[in-house]
Amino acid sequence: MNPSMTALEHLWQWSPALLRGMGANIGISLLAVALGTLAGLLVGAASMSHATVLQHATRLWVQLFRNAPVLVLIYFTTYVFPFEIGPAVWRLPFPDWLKVVLGLALPTSANVAEIFRGAVQSIPSAQWEAAQSLAMRRAQVFRVVILPQCLRRMLPPWMNLYASIAMSTSLASLVGVHDLVDTAQIASNTVARTDFTVLVYGAILALFFAYCYPIARFTQALEKRHAFR
Amino acid sequence: MPSVDEPLVSLDDVHLSFGDNEVLKGISLQVRRGQSVSIIGPSGSGKSTLLRCITGLIRPQRGEIRVGGTRVDQLRSEAEFIALRRRVGFVFQQYNLFPHLSVLDNLLIAPTLVAGRDRAEARREALALLDKVRLLHKQDAWPGELSGGQQQRVAIARALAMRPELMLFDEVTSALDPEMVGEVLHVIRELAAEGLSCVLVTHEMRFAEEVSDEVVFTEAGRVVEHGPAARVFHAPTSERTRAFLNRSLDPSRAPVLPQRPVELAGMRFAI
Repeated sequence: MNPSMTALEHLWQWSPALLRGMGANIGISLLAVALGTLAGLLVGAASMSHATVLQHATRLWVQLFRNAPVLVLIYFTTYVFPFEIGPAVWRLPFPDWLKVVLGLALPTSANVAEIFRGAVQSIPSAQWEAAQSLAMRRAQVFRVVILPQCLRRMLPPWMNLYASIAMSTSLASLVGVHDLVDTAQIASNTVARTDFTVLVYGAILALFFAYCYPIARFTQALEKRHAFR
Repeated sequence: MPSVDEPLVSLDDVHLSFGDNEVLKGISLQVRRGQSVSIIGPSGSGKSTLLRCITGLIRPQRGEIRVGGTRVDQLRSEAEFIALRRRVGFVFQQYNLFPHLSVLDNLLIAPTLVAGRDRAEARREALALLDKVRLLHKQDAWPGELSGGQQQRVAIARALAMRPELMLFDEVTSALDPEMVGEVLHVIRELAAEGLSCVLVTHEMRFAEEVSDEVVFTEAGRVVEHGPAARVFHAPTSERTRAFLNRSLDPSRAPVLPQRPVELAGMRFAI
C-alpha cells in the first residue's frame, strides 16, 4: 500500500472491482425476480383454482415465504442444498450465488402470487358477467379480458418488489458471494484506513441508491398515471 | 321442432332466493318471437335478477325457464351455457365495456373469438353496427373517453355483433345523465321496430309504453299484472299497478330517473 495516496485515489483504484461486485448484485436480482415471478404467477393461479388442496397448499407457500426474514431464507437455501448436484459421475457445481438466487426467488414468488391474486380480484365481477354474456368460456374471459387488465395493475407493485429484492441482494455477501458489499469489505480491510472505510461504504450506499431510486420514481409515475385512467 | 307460435322465452313459476331473501316468488311470463316486452316495477322487485336467470348467469332454485327450446334451468356444462348465450344478447346498466380494448375491438372480440368469424367480415359488420348506433367516428376511441350514453350505445352494438335472436336490456338508461337517455332509447326503439325480440327492464315508463307490445308489472318478486302496453298503462286492473304508475308518471312526486350520478375522479357516485 502506498501511504501517500488519498482515500479518493484508493476508491478510484478499487472502483472496477466494486462495479464488478455491483454487477453480481444486479445479476442475482434479475435472475431471482425472473424465477420468482414465473413461480409466483403459477402459485397465484393455483391459489385461485377451485381445488381446495391447491388453495391450502398455495396459502401455506405464500404465508411461509412472505413472513420469513430474507436473510433466514438465504441461509436456508445456502445450507440445505448440496454444493454439487447430479448423478454420481456427472456432477454439476451448485454455486453459492445460485443458492442466493433461489433464496430471493422464494419471497419473490410469494409476493408475486399475492400481487397477481389481488389484481385479478380487483377487476370488477361485472367484467366477468359482461364477457360471459358474450358467450366466452371462463378460460377465454381470463385470457382476453381479465389478464390484460391485471398486468397493467400489477406493474407498479411488481417494480416495488424488484427494488426491494435488489436491495436484499446485499445479504449475499454474508454467505460468501463476491458482491458489492463483499468487495467493499475486502477493500476496507486491504486499505485499512478509517477515512477510506467511510468513503467506500458511502460509495456502495450511493451505488445502491443510484440503482433503486430511479425504479421507485418510475413506479410512482406509473401509479399516478393509472390513478387517473 | 318447436312450433311457430311457441314463445321464444317462457318462464314458469320461477323461484329464487339469496339466502333468506326471497327475490323471485313464482314468476311466469312469455315473450313471443319479434315481441318487445318491458318489465316494470319498483326497485328491488327482482327484475334484473330475472334477466340474469334468462341468460343463465343466475340459476333459479325452482321453476322452468325456456329460451327457444332450451331448458335454461337445466343447463350444466359450460358448452351448453355458451350455446345459449350466443343466441341471447345482454346489455347492462353500467355498460361494462372492456376498458383495455378500443371501441372497435370491443365489438370484434366475441364474434372472432367465440363465433370464429373471419376478422375482415366481423370488422365490416362491426363498423355497420357502430354506424347504426351513430358512433362510427368513435371506432378507435377507448371506452373511458366516451360519455355514458356513447358507452351504452357501444355496449348495445357489442351485444348485437353476436347476431342474437333475443336482446335483454337491464335498466340501460338508469346510470345515464338525463340528456343522454334519449340517444340510447332511440337505438332500442329502432331495434324493436325492426322486429328483434327484446326484454327490457326499465324505469322509463313513457318509453316502455311506446316501445313494448307487452308490459309486465312485478312487485316484490311476483307478477302483479301483465298485458298489452296500452291496457296496462291506461286501464290497469290492479290497484297496485295504478299506484305504481301514478308515482312513476308524476314527475313532481317521483322522478322517472333515479338520482343523477355524479362523476368524480373517474368514479360515479349517487348523491
